[in-house]
Amino acid sequence: MSDRALGAPVRVDPRGPRFAAVLTTLVLVVVLATGSGPLLAAQAVVFALGAALGLRYSPYGWLYRRLVRPRLGPPRELEDERPPRFAQAVGFTFAAVGAVGYLSGATWLGVAAAALALAAAFLNAAFGYCLGCEVYLLAVRGRARLGQATR
Amino acid sequence: MSDPTGLIIAVVVLAAATVFGLVRARRDGRLRSGRGDAGLRLSSGELGESLGERATLVQFSTSFCATCPGTRRLLSDVASGTPGVRHVEIDAEERLDLVRRAEVMRTPTVLVLDRGGRVVRRASGPPTRAEVVSALELATAS
Repeated sequence: MSDRALGAPVRVDPRGPRFAAVLTTLVLVVVLATGSGPLLAAQAVVFALGAALGLRYSPYGWLYRRLVRPRLGPPRELEDERPPRFAQAVGFTFAAVGAVGYLSGATWLGVAAAALALAAAFLNAAFGYCLGCEVYLLAVRGRARLGQATR
Repeated sequence: MSDPTGLIIAVVVLAAATVFGLVRARRDGRLRSGRGDAGLRLSSGELGESLGERATLVQFSTSFCATCPGTRRLLSDVASGTPGVRHVEIDAEERLDLVRRAEVMRTPTVLVLDRGGRVVRRASGPPTRAEVVSALELATAS
């Protein structure tokens, strides 16, 4: 979000976020299957790095550049980094809540949060559909409405 | 791995997301006549830009919208190749008044206006070129 202040948005290879979504999907399936709080906490850290530093500097982005991109041709087009980065922040929220749930014994909370995060990651991986981005406008509308109500 | 509940939930989530994604992919970007659009009319004053002489393509975007730049390229290309048609892009965050009035739920949302600013067709999600062209034919025929 700091990019916005700097002016020109950072543009990235769109296949990077897609690859990250595939890995995230696999990790979240394992989280649900094993009920592992520490693994979900680790995924939360990955999300946090992607949101704070940009996806290229998250561990999955690093893997993409080292292992996958050299085997692919150059990208046909680049995309704005902000939407996937925003989605990482949404993912972080769910993963963090879920990890707290699993680790504190509120397993239902862990399962619910991990399931929602899995749905979003899978939609991105399989269909290129950015759920976090879709929700963004609804969140802005809701926030504005709340602002009016409290005034 | 003794309790299979989590794995079952994962499978159910993946199945539900697949159905959602397939339905979405079919409906996404289709230019249809919206249910609440009868009588909805946008003026050049509201848009902050003049309407096209024959039709106007209004695009609602946000900065966190992965498909908005592609839709922008498509619509401005179609508009520049079609006489009397303008492309107007609205920053949804700055124009929440218009977002509410036009019932915009996601970005990109594309409204096809006729010469009088009446909403003839709308698409949620990125439309295809063929759909935009046929919606413009409809808008300019009226």
